[in-house]
Amino acid sequence: MPEAPTRAPEVLSVPEVTETALGPVEPGGPGARGPVATALRHPLVWPVLALLVLLVIDVIANPSFLSIRMQDGHLYGNLIDILRNGSPVLLVALGMTLVIATRGIDLSVGAIAAISGAIACVYIVGADQPGSASTAIIACSLALAASVALGLWNGFLVAALGIQPIIATLVLMTAGRGLAMLVTDGQITTVNNDTFAGIGVGFVLTLPVAILVALGAFALTALVTRRTALGMLIESVGINPEASRLAGVRSRTIIWTVYVFSAVCAGVAGLMIAGNTSAADANNAGLWIELDAILAVVIGGTSLAGGRFSLTGTMIGALLIQTLATTIPNIGIPAQTNYLFKAIVVIVVCLIQSPKARAAFGVRRHPASFTAKAGTA
Amino acid sequence: MSTATLTDTSTWDRVRHWSPPSQYRPVLATLALLVGMFVAGGIRYEGFASPQVVLNLFVDNAFLIVLAVGMTFVILTGGIDLSVGSVVALSTMIAARTLEAGWSAEASVAAVLLTGTALGLLMGLVIHYFDIQPFIATLAGMFLARGLCYLISIESIPIRNATFYNLASEQIPLPGGLYTTPSAIAAVVFVAIAAWVLHRTRFGRTVYAIGGSESSAMLMGLRVARTKVAVYAISGFCASVAGLLFSLYMLSGYSLHAVGMELDTIAAVVIGGTLLTGGRGLVVGSLLGVLVLGAIQTFISFDGTLSSWWTKICIGLLLLAFVIVQRLISRRQA
Repeated sequence: MPEAPTRAPEVLSVPEVTETALGPVEPGGPGARGPVATALRHPLVWPVLALLVLLVIDVIANPSFLSIRMQDGHLYGNLIDILRNGSPVLLVALGMTLVIATRGIDLSVGAIAAISGAIACVYIVGADQPGSASTAIIACSLALAASVALGLWNGFLVAALGIQPIIATLVLMTAGRGLAMLVTDGQITTVNNDTFAGIGVGFVLTLPVAILVALGAFALTALVTRRTALGMLIESVGINPEASRLAGVRSRTIIWTVYVFSAVCAGVAGLMIAGNTSAADANNAGLWIELDAILAVVIGGTSLAGGRFSLTGTMIGALLIQTLATTIPNIGIPAQTNYLFKAIVVIVVCLIQSPKARAAFGVRRHPASFTAKAGTA
Repeated sequence: MSTATLTDTSTWDRVRHWSPPSQYRPVLATLALLVGMFVAGGIRYEGFASPQVVLNLFVDNAFLIVLAVGMTFVILTGGIDLSVGSVVALSTMIAARTLEAGWSAEASVAAVLLTGTALGLLMGLVIHYFDIQPFIATLAGMFLARGLCYLISIESIPIRNATFYNLASEQIPLPGGLYTTPSAIAAVVFVAIAAWVLHRTRFGRTVYAIGGSESSAMLMGLRVARTKVAVYAISGFCASVAGLLFSLYMLSGYSLHAVGMELDTIAAVVIGGTLLTGGRGLVVGSLLGVLVLGAIQTFISFDGTLSSWWTKICIGLLLLAFVIVQRLISRRQA
């Protein structure tokens, strides 16, 4: 058995930093290669292809799968369902992307989603007018304020105390569901408030609110991180926090900010989940959403080692996961086996993106491309 | 002994200034916590601090102890194994299904152990040779094992095999009217073997070396590849053994068994004083960590007025306390 002493492929993969980020924004394009070759080298090709393959399978199994119909001024159809059901994961994955870009990870998002939903529902039930819009708005504000506080807590552990992110957020992941049950007193709290339910099932401008919220958050995040220096600063913190600090970047503040952002995203996702069912289920709301979100981020080409991120990739990853969840029952396989297919997708996508696996399977890169990219990095 | 008074370091001085070696401090802290919990429980509730309650901690958490042993190996190398909970569920499923199909108990056990170890081995190979982060590779393993469970059956399958049934209901009497179970003894044997392997074999020292610094270990010519793959295989093996113990405990196979057990396991290992960055920790600490988690549950069931969710909050708070203390210690040493 070879001991494989060389770490060379890892070193060579570092210059890929420029390649994954949103194409047009990053300076220093791939250079003189042909457009097809360039497209095939883009890391998002494989997730996009996987997504297309799934959709093709869906259409073969059910020819009317892609049809979207208008009913009562609302759009309905499988594609809309995929987008709507994928909204919480997309939101959480957005926050997760930035956290992972700083070389962190946030395991507590599922628990934060549960707490957020629990606080909102318990407030609505206890309010004077449980059905009014103002109650719903106050409830959501309270829930988001709590999410901010939990994000500040995570940020405090990671940025101020310097605890490993995985273990710092594990604390809240374990305790958070207990806190949510403390809030709801262990009951499934159901509410009867149209405004609140609207976050999960409502429609605005023919589209479900959940989709609009998720896409709005996506556009805003992309704008703020890619049209300002913030994205680059986050990546620099992920590559080397100490060096960034010495270069004048406020590493701690940035790390703190991304955890708060992640918690807020999770809080909104929690409101969506609670609104969807008009109930707060402290045990099951947002269960495993952290894993789905991390999966979406990794499928999207953001490395868990930090230092680079791709929001577009995250969106494609989130859509891929949700499409997979829709495809399985559509082609007549029991929905529970979804896990099996998820595992296969993770392994395949990760292997394709792993430089070592590529080398092992004989997918060799052109030697010149390394030097070219090394020059731009 | 009279000469001791002439020198500055008298026996009393040495006792007074003695402090435990730094590697044992976290484990001693966990032990102190456990003892403290029992003292507090003994004062508050009648019958809490009885030997049988202590023995029951082993009986009721035997599977978690075995899981924590496997997880300790993985975490000592700086990795993590998220798949263990799902592998436990898969093991109960395979055991229940094969027994239902009329296999002998031995064949069923062999099938379970082979599957778990093979899954662990596979994850180890992917992690080492394809450079996939342990978090992601074992996450895939977690989904895979859970998916295989559902593939076997969506319903819960009862276990009616005579051998399993006898093992599950067997009580081993101890002096003083106490008793224990074969599962608990198996768990303790696992801890002992693991401690021996980690401290008395070349493999064990390599595990610690990889956790300290993988590249240094490689430059020293240690068998990094083999060891890294092996720890995941060991974790998979431990998870399948834990699955067998769990199926004895539940006498059924079900896809929703052991959901979230990987978190309890990681929490136990961390509370036991093992650093998640790898390289430092003792398997005995993981045993104590599991016992602390069990003691919290015992505490809450003795109290009767506290709701079950306080268990989770307490585990979270303990985790927090240990992590912060570890952080402070490592900062002082740095």
